[in-house]
Amino acid sequence: MNREDFPMLQEGFVFFDNGATTLKPKCVVDAMKRYYEEHTSNIHRGDYDAAVKTNALYDGVRKIVSQFVNCDPNCVIYTSGATHSLNMVVFGYMRKHLKKGDEVLLNKAEHASNILPWIKLQEEIGIVLKYVPLDENYECSFESIEKCVTDKTKVISLAQVTNVIGDVRDVTRIGKFCREHHILFNVDGAQSVPHMKVDFENSDMDFLSFSGHKMCGPTGVGVLIGRRELLEEMEPLCYGGGMNAFFEEDNSYELKEIPVRFEAGTPPIAEVIGLGEAITYLMNIGMERIHEQEVSLKKYLLEKLKEFDDITVYNQNPNSGIVSLNLEGVFAQDFSIFLNHFHIAVRAGNHCAKLLKDEMDVKNTVRISMYFYNTFEDIDQFIDALRHRSEIFQIIL
Amino acid sequence: MDENLRREIILDNYQDPMNRGLIEDSSYVRERMNSESCIDDLDFMMKIEDGKIQDIRFDGEACAISTSATSIMIRKLMGLTVEEARKILENYQNMIYEKEYDSELLGELNVYDTIHKQPNRMNCALLPSVAVKKMLEKLK
Ligand SMILES: Cc1ncc(COP(=O)(O)O)c(C=O)c1O
Repeated sequence: MNREDFPMLQEGFVFFDNGATTLKPKCVVDAMKRYYEEHTSNIHRGDYDAAVKTNALYDGVRKIVSQFVNCDPNCVIYTSGATHSLNMVVFGYMRKHLKKGDEVLLNKAEHASNILPWIKLQEEIGIVLKYVPLDENYECSFESIEKCVTDKTKVISLAQVTNVIGDVRDVTRIGKFCREHHILFNVDGAQSVPHMKVDFENSDMDFLSFSGHKMCGPTGVGVLIGRRELLEEMEPLCYGGGMNAFFEEDNSYELKEIPVRFEAGTPPIAEVIGLGEAITYLMNIGMERIHEQEVSLKKYLLEKLKEFDDITVYNQNPNSGIVSLNLEGVFAQDFSIFLNHFHIAVRAGNHCAKLLKDEMDVKNTVRISMYFYNTFEDIDQFIDALRHRSEIFQIIL
Repeated sequence: MDENLRREIILDNYQDPMNRGLIEDSSYVRERMNSESCIDDLDFMMKIEDGKIQDIRFDGEACAISTSATSIMIRKLMGLTVEEARKILENYQNMIYEKEYDSELLGELNVYDTIHKQPNRMNCALLPSVAVKKMLEKLK
């Protein structure tokens, strides 16, 4: 649906790499273009018309975000992306509040950005990282999380939807459990927020991170949402203009209130405005509809793939638009280069989930990740390409 | 070069590469290669004795281009002196980067003389040459 809004969706081009980044609808680019061509100005402190307009649009996006994921608009922090957001949680909040021996529950399907900052923090302060075992479908269930919790568990940090397997974790149940057991619940929403209705408050999340570019928005902008009491206790990682109330020669200083305390320097203004436009665009379509479309696309694809016994699908079950697969005897990257010859864009690799290989017997896969603008015809084109797989080396070499 | 012949050489070396599989032997130098542009992940080991390359072995997962290039490179370099090997590596890299080179020296490695037309594959083709260079550096 809505294909006409996406200039890149030309006849014959299939974009199946939405897990990496999504295409941008014209309205998003136009909103950014208007900023650059009609009201370029910095935020804060501007008294002229263009600046007033920019300010209103920029600040207004917090409200849009808050309606989108149900949270307090004053707890919406603009970041450069999910990676930045997750690093802020770990080094801004956790570094100060965790101590040696405290346990953090992760799992091996997580993206690098929800593992490596933790590894670094354990190196610094001696927290203990524990990996919740995945089940035979590489999914992470509430039950297995619950089993790993001890009285030392201080944080559960996970992606609501993972980027290789695409399993949807039951964050509402996990959140409730965390709240009852006084465990901090840190959610990586990079692959969920773009694709389904996410509810920060009702899922008892403590932190939620996501990126604009994976949800029709621009690159270079993302969001961190945190519970107010926690944000009050979080340290900024970056100091400078826009975030201080005053500073003096005697080394005294005071920082501004949240969320601007965490936004030192000139932020990505055009990108924030573009993000707001993208969210409005998604809300107009409706997150339920988006999710349903992706699930029915996946169902159709799996049905079509049944005819090919030399294709292995690693994630049959999950209700999301991600399908990770391999063609027997062909290295994932060679397969994706082959698909490019048929104008089909996919991604090959470990998709930054480098620990997942410990759980799966493969290191690299080809990932098809779909979004609402994909169609059944896209899938047919992929299936038609597969019919040429015996000629793969004639095609790619 | 004839396209069918080119493809045949690459494919033969991909499907049945020379010296795949590592061995336990502390007289070898080792190098792990992860390509920047690619998801190739290959381990190399090399043994030099009396100034000559006695053995190069590799293992790991990589695409058709890096795997075949590794195999062809190993065939080419085995038994050569370090000096001869360096000359080949130099000329090979020049070929990939579209600089001047002596194709006479390269034998079957010439199958990659058009790889620059696919810029995202250049690093795949370069991988074995970078690995061998690094191992030669380690031995200095
Ligand atoms: C699950 C998950 N978390 C985090 C990220 C990081 O997002 P970004 O690179 O936009 O910071 C990604 C991106 O691939 C992801 O898939």
